Amino acid sequence: MPDVDASFLALPRHELADAALQRAKDLGATYAEFRLERIRSESISLRDSVLESAHDDEDLGLAVRVIHDGTWGFAAGVALSTDEAVRIAEQAVNLAQVSRPINSEPIELADEPIYDDVSWVSSYEVDPFTLPRAEKVALLTDYSDRLLNAEGVSHVTVHVASVNECKFYANSEGTSTTQQRIRIGPQLQATAIDPETGRFDSMRTLAPPAGRGWEYLTGTGWNWDEELAQIPGWLAEKMAAPSVEAGRYDVVVDPSNLWLTIHESIGHATELDRALGYEANYAGTSFATLDKLGTLEYGSPIMHVTGDRTAEHGLSTVGYDDEGVAGQQWDLVKDGVLVGYQLDRRMAQVNKDVLGTDRSNGCAYADSAGHVPIQRMANVSLQPATDGPSTEELISRVQNGIYIVGDKSWSIDMQRYNFQFTGQRFYKITDGKLDGQLRDVAYQATTTDFWGSMEAVGGPQTYVLGGALNCGKAQPPQSGAVSHGCPSALFRDVRILNTTQEAGR
Amino acid sequence: MTTAIQLTPQDTIERTLELAAAEGAQGCVVLVAETSSANLRWANNTLTTNGAMRGSSVTVIATVGAGEGTAAGVVGRSSVTDTSLRELVSAAVAAARESGPAEDARPLVDGTVGPGWDEEPDETDVSVYENFAPALGEALTKAGQENRWLYGFADHEVITLYVGSSAGLRLRQSLPRGYVTANGKSGDLSQSAWVGAATHDFSDIDPLAIDAELTRRLSWATRTVSVEAGRHPTILPPAAVADLMTHMYVKLDGRDAHEGRSVFSKAAGGSRVGEVLSPHPVRFWSDPLLHGLETFPFVVVRSSAGCESVFDNGLTLAATDWIRGGKLENLMQSRFTAALTGAPAVTPPIANYALSVDGATGSVDDLVAGLDHGLLLTCLWYIRVVDPQTLLLTGLTRDGVYLVENGEVTGAVNNFRFNESPVDLLARFTAAGATVPSFSREWGDEFSRTATPPLLVPDFNMSSVSQAN
Repeated sequence: MPDVDASFLALPRHELADAALQRAKDLGATYAEFRLERIRSESISLRDSVLESAHDDEDLGLAVRVIHDGTWGFAAGVALSTDEAVRIAEQAVNLAQVSRPINSEPIELADEPIYDDVSWVSSYEVDPFTLPRAEKVALLTDYSDRLLNAEGVSHVTVHVASVNECKFYANSEGTSTTQQRIRIGPQLQATAIDPETGRFDSMRTLAPPAGRGWEYLTGTGWNWDEELAQIPGWLAEKMAAPSVEAGRYDVVVDPSNLWLTIHESIGHATELDRALGYEANYAGTSFATLDKLGTLEYGSPIMHVTGDRTAEHGLSTVGYDDEGVAGQQWDLVKDGVLVGYQLDRRMAQVNKDVLGTDRSNGCAYADSAGHVPIQRMANVSLQPATDGPSTEELISRVQNGIYIVGDKSWSIDMQRYNFQFTGQRFYKITDGKLDGQLRDVAYQATTTDFWGSMEAVGGPQTYVLGGALNCGKAQPPQSGAVSHGCPSALFRDVRILNTTQEAGR
Repeated sequence: MTTAIQLTPQDTIERTLELAAAEGAQGCVVLVAETSSANLRWANNTLTTNGAMRGSSVTVIATVGAGEGTAAGVVGRSSVTDTSLRELVSAAVAAARESGPAEDARPLVDGTVGPGWDEEPDETDVSVYENFAPALGEALTKAGQENRWLYGFADHEVITLYVGSSAGLRLRQSLPRGYVTANGKSGDLSQSAWVGAATHDFSDIDPLAIDAELTRRLSWATRTVSVEAGRHPTILPPAAVADLMTHMYVKLDGRDAHEGRSVFSKAAGGSRVGEVLSPHPVRFWSDPLLHGLETFPFVVVRSSAGCESVFDNGLTLAATDWIRGGKLENLMQSRFTAALTGAPAVTPPIANYALSVDGATGSVDDLVAGLDHGLLLTCLWYIRVVDPQTLLLTGLTRDGVYLVENGEVTGAVNNFRFNESPVDLLARFTAAGATVPSFSREWGDEFSRTATPPLLVPDFNMSSVSQAN
């Protein structure tokens, strides 16, 4: 396993933390925590095989959060000096004092063991920031050329986002952690344009963003050669495909599409801060309210969903969260019933009687030093069936249906009931076999109806870890990266829309 | 402990330009952004989080000769000191040398020293809430006493941007921005209402007045009515129009349209510039000096993409009509894409817009008074592109859909999922009100400088019912 970057370790982590935490305690804070974060990010974009932009950024800063007189106070800055650390601690206490009159719930935190000066590094082989940019651009140009030179492809866009996140955390209870995570999100998209009608459509790679290094682009964890060779043919077939007839169909959903449905209809719905109303003014609440814990029939009895901060290569995988809580795995939905939530230390403490536990499961995260930690999503995954069927076997059980591959458009309401998704490819299923592509397809459902209609899940051989780099939440807005694993799955009687008809054409 | 020195923005720029020249850069643009912000967030009638943040970032765009052309290297860093500046400049020059010729390369924008160049950055802090916070506390207490729930967020930020270049450009601009977004729910959580507003300094924001408006809207739900999905006459208030029009605004990319992959592409090739999009006298325009919606009056680009070019940094922005008299007049163009596509003018994106209908007057209430039977929305949410060919969007109504009968709001109805295109709506609306500053529910935190009218659409496509409330 790689080490934490030496240049980050060379920063005065402990000195800054000691100064800030001591000042906060001197000012009467009953709890204080300090973060020093350095986030390196690189964005490389090509347009029709020409480098359009390459941007290298580094965001380095420090933050202090305190509980003072039962009220949170948070402040952040950028200068790496003890004077600045002290100033920020004072500002955080000041903000808690200003906020005290509008706080009616004294803040208490769930207990967590002390972790004294521990380190953790995510699983990767090649830090993208150690490679010459020219080498990376050359590889992406080659990939782009393969698509652009294919018949029927009019345009190709390439985008690769890489992040190296180093984080030091220390709190007044004695925990201090140093962590480094690498994540990468590559995407190539081919566009075809019909010169006679002006109709255009696109097809993109399905490689999900992952907690991996640059080795992901050279064949570890994804077969680029195979996918890039297939995309032009898939795109040509899609351009010539018939428009779907709206109606109700049985659908087999590939993991490349289902991960996003899980993210929206289960991942966000089982965030306890949403269920409690903390996000009501922004992202929304949840139908899966706390009073339904242990009784809500979320889906069919074969449904088993876990929250996980430990999955290898997961985008939400950490050693310790931003409140010093160790990574864990737990059940959210078991045998189709809601049995758990994603928690931070405050929510675990306040709701311990209902939850049946007084420990946070480690879901606090801030996307930079400039933001306060909030409850963010673990890797939320649908578990496969032991000895379960292959995707082909699932398709064979459908007489008249659709096989959905890849994600595209997504939307769900603010309580996570009504959703609509599209995809990259839709195959008609006739008498248990694929029968060519369809276009203009979207599926629309209510969360519990959809998961209740799940008749079968695939076996471990169909399981894929999908995910997103840019899940948005909170005010001020924060961006989180999260993975979702799932097998292929079969759903009965799902509403399919024709998007051209929806547009009134 | 570190002995590194934080430089002033002006010194950072001058030293960067010297270092870049010493490294052999052909040219260099430096963007220094000094930011400060303070926020309050509340839910369930109590404070949940807060924060006061200060930030500083330096972006160096170095250019070098590359064969027959010019290459650019872009590197950004926060927390730059006198000692780390050299590494930053070296990284930018090295990045340029590793890149091939940039297709958008143009001579750097000439310029002189702009007004206020020598001034320090402006700042904000929690004192901006000196009057707001106590009034908010009063509103939260009142809501609790009256069995209502309040949720919301107040944010204030000041960005002071300094731009300097080896071509002589020295520009400074300070932009304050604040907004409040507030949600009220009935005691049983079955009804929801929303109010949002942008502000410069919170002196014009009264939490008690916001609470009063939320209470008024919740009172409309005394009667609740179920309405089926379908195409309904629907009044979109300015916030909802902004929710939709922001999607249209970001699709005004001239290069995409010229290449045939945009709703603004012509089937036979080229763009739809010159085509009538609306039978009404619709104007859709941007102007960095729009009163109350002022934004940077020059181009600021940290990464080239589509119609934006890092080589255009500092280019003076002028008022631009995108649509006038219902006809598509301009698409967004950098100097590079304007030449590439044969556009008659260089019209870069501007961080504000206004939509108006010539001669339209009146408010949402006036549109309600003129409607026999239909729906009145509050705002929209989770809007995503379903089909880029038509710019078909999907999303949901949120925080109040009301039944209008005989010119009056007569009750609250369920929420809906919609599937609609903002470009089509411009052709289909049948009545409009006066244009007013608006605050998009979904994109207001990112793109708040918008002004829009209320619109009446006779056949808004409510695709299905949403159970959410």
